[in-house]
Amino acid sequence: MTATILTVDDSASMRQMVSFTLKRAGYTVVEAADGVEALNYARTSAVDLVLTDVNMPNMDGISLVRELRQLQAYKFVPMLMLTTESGQDKKMQGKAAGATGWLVKPFNPEKLLATIVKVL
Amino acid sequence: MTVVHKAVEEVKQQYLSFILAGEQYGVDVVRVQELKGWDSVTRVPSTPPYVLGVINLRGAIVPVIDLRIRLHLGQAPYGPATVIVVVRVPGARGERTVGLVVDAMNSVHDIAPSAIRPPPSLPGKVDDRFLEGIMVEGGKLMLLLDVAALVTSSIEDG
Amino acid sequence: MTIDLEMAEIINVFFQESDEGLDAMESGLLSLEGGSDCEAINTIFRAAHSIKGGAGTFGFGEISKFTHAVETLLDQMRNGTRGVSAETVQVLLQAVDAMREMVALARAGTPGRPAAADAVGARLIEILEGPVDPAEAPTTTAAPEAVATPEPPAQAPAAAFAAGPLVQPAAPGGPAHWRIRFVPHASLFETCNDPLRMFMQLESLGRLTVQVFSKGVPALTEIEPTQCHLSWTLDLHGAVTQEQLVEVFDWVDSNSSIGYERLDEPGSPGNLPAPAVRAPAPMPEPPSAPTAAVAPAAAAAPEGPTAAPASRANVDASSIRVGTEKVDALINLVGELVITQSMLGRFAEGADAGKDLELLRRGLAHLSRNTRELQESVLKIRMLPISFSFNRFPRLVRELSRKLEKKVELRLRGENTELDKIVLEKIGDPLVHLVRNSLDHGLESPAARIASGKSETGVLELNAYHQGGSVIIEVKDDGAGLDCTKILAKARERHLLADDAVLSEEQIHNLIFLPGFSTAESVSDVSGRGVGMDVVRRNITDLGGHVQISSEQGRGSTIRIRLPLTLAILEGQMLRVGRETYVMSLVSIIETVQPRPDHLHTVSGHAELFKHRDEYLPVLRLHEIFDIEPDSRDIASGLLVVAESDGRRVAILVDELQAQQQVVIKSLDRNYKQVPGLAGATIHGDGTVALILDVPSLIAKFSARTAASVGRAA
Repeated sequence: MTATILTVDDSASMRQMVSFTLKRAGYTVVEAADGVEALNYARTSAVDLVLTDVNMPNMDGISLVRELRQLQAYKFVPMLMLTTESGQDKKMQGKAAGATGWLVKPFNPEKLLATIVKVL
Repeated sequence: MTVVHKAVEEVKQQYLSFILAGEQYGVDVVRVQELKGWDSVTRVPSTPPYVLGVINLRGAIVPVIDLRIRLHLGQAPYGPATVIVVVRVPGARGERTVGLVVDAMNSVHDIAPSAIRPPPSLPGKVDDRFLEGIMVEGGKLMLLLDVAALVTSSIEDG
Repeated sequence: MTIDLEMAEIINVFFQESDEGLDAMESGLLSLEGGSDCEAINTIFRAAHSIKGGAGTFGFGEISKFTHAVETLLDQMRNGTRGVSAETVQVLLQAVDAMREMVALARAGTPGRPAAADAVGARLIEILEGPVDPAEAPTTTAAPEAVATPEPPAQAPAAAFAAGPLVQPAAPGGPAHWRIRFVPHASLFETCNDPLRMFMQLESLGRLTVQVFSKGVPALTEIEPTQCHLSWTLDLHGAVTQEQLVEVFDWVDSNSSIGYERLDEPGSPGNLPAPAVRAPAPMPEPPSAPTAAVAPAAAAAPEGPTAAPASRANVDASSIRVGTEKVDALINLVGELVITQSMLGRFAEGADAGKDLELLRRGLAHLSRNTRELQESVLKIRMLPISFSFNRFPRLVRELSRKLEKKVELRLRGENTELDKIVLEKIGDPLVHLVRNSLDHGLESPAARIASGKSETGVLELNAYHQGGSVIIEVKDDGAGLDCTKILAKARERHLLADDAVLSEEQIHNLIFLPGFSTAESVSDVSGRGVGMDVVRRNITDLGGHVQISSEQGRGSTIRIRLPLTLAILEGQMLRVGRETYVMSLVSIIETVQPRPDHLHTVSGHAELFKHRDEYLPVLRLHEIFDIEPDSRDIASGLLVVAESDGRRVAILVDELQAQQQVVIKSLDRNYKQVPGLAGATIHGDGTVALILDVPSLIAKFSARTAASVGRAA
């Protein structure tokens, strides 16, 4: 049983890169283009890990984490934010919203996989 | 002590042969896409006399070259035995599909490359630019055509 | 290698996204001129942020660095610390141009930083370092950021780990004995941070011993399983630095207390498990920028480039982004086709003539309709809205009008009108030239306009709409219009016209399409010289289109371009000469007439002329050019098709006109080669091939023949 990861990012290229890296490593990946799509998906399906960008239209990453934590199935699912290094307060806001941790952009595939292993 | 020599099998090449003005010609089967019966050809203006025109080959516009005229063998009327040999050769924009009008089809032969002789310059006969070689098959002389060179020259020099 | 191919594909997506993001930034910035808009600034910021992130991820360091400065400036604008000024917007627009260039370079495989980017980059830094005018009314309710100066570009993450004073400098190579006191807050589990995993990470760094303190665990009946009531003391032996330890606990820094103590060095100050406090991020030093070198240029915002902004690669030749509705429509149609086919297929098995014949006919009609609709649908995939082309004009007009010191209002209509991708790409440059012409030569200066009783602001209108099987694009201005006297004089001066030639107003207007023609007193660098109207017309006719100009002196001019909807399909007129049928594009046909013998004249024994309305047109005998045996050589018993190309009109003699229909254009040079006089071929319903005439090359062939025969006769 491979782990399923939900990756949320409004940039298709970033989503594809993350997806590609994770799939190659054997994970199952579900993509969402923004917080609303992700939340809609989460309402009916559970995953093992959520990776979300912070800056997104419609619903940003921090709000997404907050909303997800309200769902029964997502109370104890690790959630990581993809954030830029300048967003120190974003990290804190994320934690306050319930995020498990973060991954600083830009990152390479190795870093991504190494970070995932910390939570899965 | 017996020494047994085993002859090494030579890899043979397949050639399709057809008749043109009483002579037997062969083309490498790899170049041949299909054979078509005589069909209505749309004349294209401003083309050399050996370019009869174009036909519709399953949606593709394919030029038809009369080999008799091209090889200066004298034109003949087209009849039910007339065959169009559709060949594919390298061209300016990838591969070209071209139809060649011949008198009649003959057969397919397996030819050992060692049996092929270089083309002699026969005055008054086929332009040897277009001959790969000659050989004797079934007691008859077969002229092997370099169909790629023939088609390219017919189109580009025409 | 498939992996590289996949990555290349993803990077391609990044380029496309960047193009779109840059477009969004540009239109957002342009909209800021109308007043500061919170939503717009956010959109612009997000676009820049995305591009920066992607560029960094995919290895385009230059783009990432450059965009960082842009992003920082935008961030200040969006949180209110910096106001939106016209100057800032101007510099940001130039930054967008520079970014476009850098993306283009990266796409071409030669990533780099062009000189223009350096100038703009320096200017950005100047602004960031300079005085800040906070926005008058705070546009967002974001807490005032402490950081008013830019963050340093991509610093190593280690700099952020300012957690607590460093007990010891990194001990390179030497073994250390660390004692870590880890006291998580009760809410630790709510963020899914698992102590076990953190300890496992520690284990990979050295030899770990763990001691748990469970005194804090309440009685069983009161336990809240989602809360953490444990704390730990960990001993780690190994060549480990404090930074490494900090990294392991980085995520839980804000919901736990962590203390690090180095036990192996005697006298090292203990670091008690006080709540880890993040030292405020050190005031970042201003990035070292070569401002000195660029000082003179930085005095005023650098002059915008006069050339059109770096070519937009939205309309990328090798791939197409298709809206899902188009694909869905296709899928539906194919479904219908399959049904109709099977419906007809059933008749193949035992048809009962008579009643079934009617059903068969109906089925075939269905099939025919399905196929036609399917074909249209597929062609639509290649269609894109003309807004892709129109989008460059707000910026262009803005900059040009500033440069020329004219007031111009640009009106765009019909931006959603769709046309074939290739037509769209190729019509771009001609449109730019026409717009420049209008601005440069058509529209007058504000003073001149007022003097002639017009409003100060000139109006330039770009209009696109469908008409029949074509797309019509109009470029309209309410400027000075064409001056017939001037045009005639110039034409005579350049010997383009006989001194005694008498021309209608329309004919005079069309003179501007002649090569080398330009009535501009001085060659302004705006329109340039050489890329004249003749090239514009050539580009349009190459696409199978048609352009004409109508103008009223003093009131303005309208250029009307007619383009085929798609390059693959032609609205054709079938015609017959002798036993051969040909197709001619309807776009080239003016009209068809039955010639009256008294309208036919022969000049010098061979040139035949036909008097059509007020013009004398040369008669082109198609049967002669194509060497066909016609029904009759007598012009009076045939039909004359008046055709036009490149401003030249001829009367083509044919035997009969047949149906008008849409034909699919197939090229001759795929398997054969280009034949002068022919534009391609098409396949009839009966499977036979019909050739498509190419009017421009026909006319050229005809002229060459006529000249030759004149030469012979002489």
